[in-house]
Amino acid sequence: MSILRAENLTKTYQSGGRTLTVLNDVSFELQPGDTFSIVGPSGSGKTTLLGLCAGLDRASSGSVYLNDIKLDTLSEDERAAVRNQYVGFIFQNFQLLPTLTALENVMVPLELRGEKKAGRTAQELLERVGLGQRGHHYPTQLSGGEQQRVSLARAFANRPKILFADEPTGNLDTDTSANVVDLIFELNREAGTTLVLVTHDLELASRTQRIIRIKGGHVVSDTYTESTADLRSGQ
Amino acid sequence: MDRILPKVPARSVSITDPWLWKMAWRDSRRSRRRLFLFMSAIVLGIAALVAINSFGDNLSASVDEQARELLGADLVLTYNKTLNKKTEAFLNTISPERSNEVAFPSMVFFPRSGGVRLSQVKALEGRFPYYGEWEVQPSAAVARFRKAGKTGERIALVDDALLVQLNARPGDSVKVGSLMFLVAGRVMKTPGQTAVTTTVAPTVFLPYAQLPETGLLQRGSRVTYRSYFQFDPGTNVDAYIKTFASRLDKAGINYDTVTERKEQTGRAFTDLTRFLNLVAFVALLLGCVGVASAVHLYVKEKIASVAVLRCIGASGRQAFLIYLIQTSLMGLMGAVLGAALGSIVQLILPEVFGSFLPIDVTVTVSWKAVAQGVGTGLVIAVLFALLPLLVIRKVSPLRTLRTSYEEDVTGRDPLRWAVYGAIVLAITGFAYWQIRDWKMALGFTLGLATAFGVLTGLGRLLMFLVRRFFPVSWSYIWRQSLANLYRPQNQTLILVISIGLGAFLIATLYLTQTLLLSRVQLSASGGQPNMVLFDIQNEQKAGVQQLVQSHRLPVVQSVPVVTMRLAEVNGRTVEAIQKDTSSKIPDWALTREYRVTYRDALIDSEKLATGKAQSLRNQTALISVEKGYLDRMRLKLGDTLTFNVQGALIPTVVGGTREVDWNRVQTNFLIVFPNGVLEQAPQFHVLMTRVRDTQQSAAFQRDLVRRYPNVSAIDLGLILRTIDDILEKVSFVIRFMALFSIVTGLLVLSSSVVISKYQRIQESVLLRTLGASRRQILLISLIEYMLLGLLAAFSGIVLSVFGTWGLAYFVFEIPFVPDFTPLLVVAAVVTALTILIGLFNSRGVLVRPPLEVLRAEV
Ligand SMILES: Nc1ncnc2c1ncn2[C@@H]1O[C@H](COP(=O)(O)OP(=O)(O)O)[C@@H](O)[C@H]1O
Ligand SMILES: [Mg+2]
Repeated sequence: MSILRAENLTKTYQSGGRTLTVLNDVSFELQPGDTFSIVGPSGSGKTTLLGLCAGLDRASSGSVYLNDIKLDTLSEDERAAVRNQYVGFIFQNFQLLPTLTALENVMVPLELRGEKKAGRTAQELLERVGLGQRGHHYPTQLSGGEQQRVSLARAFANRPKILFADEPTGNLDTDTSANVVDLIFELNREAGTTLVLVTHDLELASRTQRIIRIKGGHVVSDTYTESTADLRSGQ
Repeated sequence: MDRILPKVPARSVSITDPWLWKMAWRDSRRSRRRLFLFMSAIVLGIAALVAINSFGDNLSASVDEQARELLGADLVLTYNKTLNKKTEAFLNTISPERSNEVAFPSMVFFPRSGGVRLSQVKALEGRFPYYGEWEVQPSAAVARFRKAGKTGERIALVDDALLVQLNARPGDSVKVGSLMFLVAGRVMKTPGQTAVTTTVAPTVFLPYAQLPETGLLQRGSRVTYRSYFQFDPGTNVDAYIKTFASRLDKAGINYDTVTERKEQTGRAFTDLTRFLNLVAFVALLLGCVGVASAVHLYVKEKIASVAVLRCIGASGRQAFLIYLIQTSLMGLMGAVLGAALGSIVQLILPEVFGSFLPIDVTVTVSWKAVAQGVGTGLVIAVLFALLPLLVIRKVSPLRTLRTSYEEDVTGRDPLRWAVYGAIVLAITGFAYWQIRDWKMALGFTLGLATAFGVLTGLGRLLMFLVRRFFPVSWSYIWRQSLANLYRPQNQTLILVISIGLGAFLIATLYLTQTLLLSRVQLSASGGQPNMVLFDIQNEQKAGVQQLVQSHRLPVVQSVPVVTMRLAEVNGRTVEAIQKDTSSKIPDWALTREYRVTYRDALIDSEKLATGKAQSLRNQTALISVEKGYLDRMRLKLGDTLTFNVQGALIPTVVGGTREVDWNRVQTNFLIVFPNGVLEQAPQFHVLMTRVRDTQQSAAFQRDLVRRYPNVSAIDLGLILRTIDDILEKVSFVIRFMALFSIVTGLLVLSSSVVISKYQRIQESVLLRTLGASRRQILLISLIEYMLLGLLAAFSGIVLSVFGTWGLAYFVFEIPFVPDFTPLLVVAAVVTALTILIGLFNSRGVLVRPPLEVLRAEV
């Protein structure tokens, strides 16, 4: 059973009367617990692919199965429910709700699921990312690295089966980046979550088991890294 | 691999979900003050609604309580001829407590001050008013006046308005007819009379017993007789009156009871409050337009957050409901505040309406009015806020990944049209609720839509013109200010609409007032007569003419007047026609007293419409009637009318119709007889002359009243003054209501300045980093608000000029030449206010140093 399966994904945009093909016939399949990165130059279609896989957008043709649920036929609200159930997100620009405190930001996905002890769970998660004391702070009162850690806590709050991260370190300096990246992989390992990471940082990508390179909407290579080989053989 | 169907938890999202409320509350934390400012735009509209409705409720309660004071008696009989002995004797049996009054217009003259004017004279005997206080200063004067019939003391009580106008005071003497009276008291208020009625007809009260000696009751004078009755407490007045009502009808006596007067007064004031409610409603709608535009910008700001929520898994409905709850709660706060303010404002309404009120109004909080105001305000405000809020449902979660591609979220949405429909329905529904007439309610909505549409169009046009002819060569500061009017997310149009509509209301009010006055003034131009002398008896005719000429005044026209009543139409008696329910001839035309003149030719204010001018043919009088009268009476040429002239029946044939220019001070007649019929009938004469100025007018009137006390003179100046007085009082009320709209416009301005504050701060910081001085930035803002104010005021004034022109052309049918000076004043005031409010709300932008501003959160 696969956690994520993309079948012949194609995405085109109509602009100025011309058809722009941003993704062209992309297919792959991920097993639960896999770590996976999508790399490629700017404008190659990475974000587009991520958006399709996470059910944020619809493909022009092809299908996405998330935890064996076929996303293309679901309505936007049904997809939202799927996201709430199975998916966590980390964004380049953090995307915390500016009007909510750190703690409340982490609580939102839990509360959306109707969880009773949202406050306590959120506080534990904040402690896990090292921000136990900062729960009552607003995003603007936190540094970039801290904001990204809050968003990590939020992403893991609903114990997602799959985590999507779009350039999670794009807005951070090198040292902070390293911190956040370590934390992502740690939490990921602890929770056994599947990780889909979009980056143009090859060093970062090499920490995942599998790397897809895309260019101009085409998959140009699909390789398993060293670490993968070790893991695979270990299994 | 088997395809499992989606295990999507079925989430039913309902407004009662506590999480939604929690989110709404949390999310509002950082923008509560701002949100409240948006919603404050509805405060004044609701305040106006609540104030008017509370006042209306209190008024009708007070009318119920003090109903008897409206009349001053339990029963009032009114008739305009002396009664025969039998009827007179019958009246005495109605109740032992009876007061009599004879009222007629006459010249009164105060020798000390030299003041003279046509007034209402009321000769009174008995203890009227039985209910309510007759406020006279000094109060002892009332008792003295009532005894005067016995003591023979020649005293009068005079309305305050008259004393003030003629510069007289208690202790002076006043000449009425051929008698001198001592002014014993100043009448502040008579039960049932309003300040407006005393403005139109200020009264001199005389002891009834002394009336004959004045020599004023002659033939031709328009006399109204009244009998006031008081019954024993506990009498069922209405049932009692039923027992003799038909007898009164037969004798031509009108009767008025407390119940009837109460209903009339109640109806009149219900109409008034309903009309004012519509004015208040306009203020509310203005506020709602402001709310919609503020919420629109607010929503734009929130779209990123909504996208995140969607991404995390909130449904479109959930996100939408969060912000709906937020805005509704703020709206509720605004509404409650408005209701509180309205309840306070209504405390001063009795002052505002003072001159129209026949009674004292006790003010208490009317919970019904509060509920209605809050309900109406909230529903309309939420409907308007829904327009921008709907967008939230459609925000794509993709925005979290990509902000650069702004998809058009405002695209077509069927729900949008549903909301528009609901708004139109709500407005029409409210209007119907107030005026109970679907056509007028639709008219109201349509008129409103037109005003909004025209203002929007004008605003757009002006913006386009400024852009099209952008003054490239002007200084940087000017160019920057002008460009600010088009900045992204500019509020120019919304401000032009809201402030413009306020300016429109004020300007239209002013223009209509001057229009009405100019309609009267028009007749004063050229060599037209401007003074009318009437009630001249046959034997006085020569003497009065001489007097006029001795003052070097022209006799422009002198016409005989014969009073008569209609007896038969085409052979059927008036009584028969009155009984015939299928007859469409109006009652007033059948029962009224006709004032008729006789001459063979038409005069220059008349034009022959059909048939022939009046003439005598084979002993038959061919009369001419006014064109409209022919239609109202359902007559045609050749029909016969029989008139009763003091007992003698005179048959006539309708020979022609005349078009009459009623706008002139002229004796115009519905019916004109030919010469040779009425010469021997009892008659009086009317003489028209032209005075140069008020001094000449006063001097002549003094002479006239001395020599011919029964002759009345009315000059155009007096009419103008009276109309001006009344219009002043009416427009004060309307201006008071328009104030709510203006202030609402300013509130909308405040909120739109605040909402664009962040943008302004960034700009200002950028400019200052680039080296602009604080003064330059201030100037840019100042000029921007000035342009905005001018644009709005100009749009409003243009609209009002066209509106008033339409009124002049279609309704009053007179030429309209607007006086632009006062309009400029309106424009200046509106612009100054706009600048003031604009700068006041952006003070933070200018005062703070750049760095601090950058760090500060907005
Ligand atoms: N809504 C859209 N309309 C037109 N072109 C788009 C749209 N969204 C993305 N694109 C184009 O698709 C291409 C891929 O974009 P993206 O997936 O963001 O690339 P990456 O994330 O790899 O930098 C880009 O060339 C971009 O211009
Ligand atoms: Mg990208």
